[in-house]
Amino acid sequence: MHKRRRLLTALALAPLAAHAQSLARAPLRVGLTKVFLDDQMAFVRAWRGYVEARLKRPVDFVQRQTYREIVDPLREGRLDFAWICGYPYVRHQAQLKLVAVPLWEAQPLYRSYLIVSASDSATRSLDDLRGKVFAFSDPDSNSGHLYTRYELHRRNTTPSAFFSRTFFTLAHRKVVEAVAAGVAQGGAVDGYVWETLARLHPQLTGRTRVAEKSPQFGHPPFVAAAATPPATVDAMRSVLLGMGASDEGNALLRQLNLDGFVRGEPALYDSIASMMRAVDRA
Amino acid sequence: MQLRDLSLKYKIPLRGSVLIIVTAAAVSAALVAREYDDFKRDLVETADSMGRVLAHTLVAPLVHDDVWRAYEIISSPGRTGIRADSPLAAEWLAIVDPQLRIYVSSRADRFPVLADVTVAIPDAQPLVEELRGPARNLPRLVDRDEAKHLYSLTPIIADGVLLGTLVAAYSRDIFVPRLRSIVERAALVTLVVLAIVIAASWFWAQRFAAPLVDLAERMSRVGHTESREEELQLEESKDEIGRLATAFREMLAGLRDKEEFEKRIISSERLAALGRLSAGIAHEINNPLGGMLNAIDTFRRHGSGDPMTLKTMALLERGLLQIKETVAALLVEARVAAHPLAPQDVEDVKTLVLADAHRKQARLEWDNRLAESISLPSTAVRQILINLLLNALRAVDAGGCVSCAVERANGTLRIVVGNDGAHIPAERLDHLFEPFAHADGEGHGLGLWVTYQIVQQLGGRIAAQSFPGDTRFEVGLPLGGAA
Repeated sequence: MHKRRRLLTALALAPLAAHAQSLARAPLRVGLTKVFLDDQMAFVRAWRGYVEARLKRPVDFVQRQTYREIVDPLREGRLDFAWICGYPYVRHQAQLKLVAVPLWEAQPLYRSYLIVSASDSATRSLDDLRGKVFAFSDPDSNSGHLYTRYELHRRNTTPSAFFSRTFFTLAHRKVVEAVAAGVAQGGAVDGYVWETLARLHPQLTGRTRVAEKSPQFGHPPFVAAAATPPATVDAMRSVLLGMGASDEGNALLRQLNLDGFVRGEPALYDSIASMMRAVDRA
Repeated sequence: MQLRDLSLKYKIPLRGSVLIIVTAAAVSAALVAREYDDFKRDLVETADSMGRVLAHTLVAPLVHDDVWRAYEIISSPGRTGIRADSPLAAEWLAIVDPQLRIYVSSRADRFPVLADVTVAIPDAQPLVEELRGPARNLPRLVDRDEAKHLYSLTPIIADGVLLGTLVAAYSRDIFVPRLRSIVERAALVTLVVLAIVIAASWFWAQRFAAPLVDLAERMSRVGHTESREEELQLEESKDEIGRLATAFREMLAGLRDKEEFEKRIISSERLAALGRLSAGIAHEINNPLGGMLNAIDTFRRHGSGDPMTLKTMALLERGLLQIKETVAALLVEARVAAHPLAPQDVEDVKTLVLADAHRKQARLEWDNRLAESISLPSTAVRQILINLLLNALRAVDAGGCVSCAVERANGTLRIVVGNDGAHIPAERLDHLFEPFAHADGEGHGLGLWVTYQIVQQLGGRIAAQSFPGDTRFEVGLPLGGAA
């Protein structure tokens, strides 16, 4: 049994040495989550091309349905970089390196929006949604889940007790759709995504109304796996931070509805971390 | 005016039209019913297959309590390969949980999450009964006339556990446009057929009704004005109309015969009355007349020879004699003793009238077929012959023709005297045999009267016919008994 195990390990390790040598040519794997409108495939391809050209090596953009499907491979080193939410970042901060933070409206900050149906003119705050059906985006989203949970926690209640029913749409855009269609009477959504949607699809956001805006939080960051070589991290950071300096990069930023990227500090996410701790304690 | 008073000309096309409309309505109704059934079958099949596919797909979201995924499945357009604008597409879909609450629906604005089915869906009573019913675990269709929708119910089952029921609602209104188009098409076809049928049945009705209308018109005139059967425009046929026409013609002929017969009866009765009257008067006159003539004779023999008186007496005697002559002519006496009529008697008459014929340059066609003596008084028969022949010769133009035929046939002596002169108008024919009826200066107008009286007394009959160029008198005298 042990003999066989060693044999298998030797067989598995043999190609690994060869792999290490060709690492310079192996594609960088960058995970994308729904912290932005990741369904714009032409944009994603153009952005990848931009990054590839700057890094002078192949890049794979990996998109998955949930945050967890990106965050877990990132922690395990199967992804080199990822654009994730501040909530999973603070949860796994020890295993991740902050690369860059997007600038939205000239700040590395964003808010969570509480949205209701446009026909609902009565709701002013979360308190008015007691007993209603509520839509979250992703369980690992700060703006689309954690913040609302924290607010309810402050009211000494939980989503399942406060709302008659909750569900996850797994995307900010679909939270807007769920509220617009009336499936949910309220929803928690990334303020940056909602504003971007309002520019691209005003007929969709027009069927919703922002009832309440949260305080500002650190904008979902671009992070690297702990195992990603510092040189690669630096290269990626300079590509992102340099986007605002070129026309091509600016065009991409405009499509992202961002002003650029800044280096950012982990302290930006302290408020999210404290909300997480409060909710975790409950 | 009532319908039954309408002419057949209108009744037949009207009835044809009603028939067509009734037929078209019945056929259309059958088509509509058939189409409704077909469409419903399609709907049931589509609903069933769609329900099965969706129910299968919905198991995972329901097990994971993933409201949004379930919503995406039931609300994404073209979710089952059926186009959203197809009449077979459901108006809305909903998942109902076992507690009869809306789990999620494609029309979340109308049927919100967690709403009670009985409250959320307006006409849900039959639906709720089905959802609570014993067949909860089977796909089925709820089709109640009182509900505005058809519902297709498909249970969503995992490992024998009912997770919820997929309800697909189909508005009954979706049948309406389809059925309306069928009805419209049927109405159009009916109109076209109706136009053709009305034209055809109008023509047919005219043909069919025209003789009847004509007949009815003539029928109503019978008794008021004379109908001429030749005017009746009827086809010779053996069908009911043809038989009716034949019967009508026969009726008209019978009526006319009866009319003529009555006229003849009246005429002969009038002549008989006249005969009796004139005979009576003649007898009453003859007795004093004889006395007066005797008195004049006696006076002449024994009276004075005063020339003035003698002259007066002579005047009286001439007048009285003229009266006697006239009365004698009126008082026809056929039964005076005479020898039986012999063929030679007839020939004698010919000799007598030949002189007149020559004078008129008229041809005389003589056809005497009498071979032996017969028991009829010769004097009377000769007088008949002479009267008729002289009348004929008077009527004929110069160079004309007068014919006379005498024969014995079937126990009668038949005499026919004809001429080709001016014909006797119909109105005069009626009064031909009356005394003084047509005195024309020649003769005293008693010739035919006398002839008639003689024929009557011999028990025979006389008739006159007159057409332009052919006027004939026909006499029939029975042999034997009368002689």
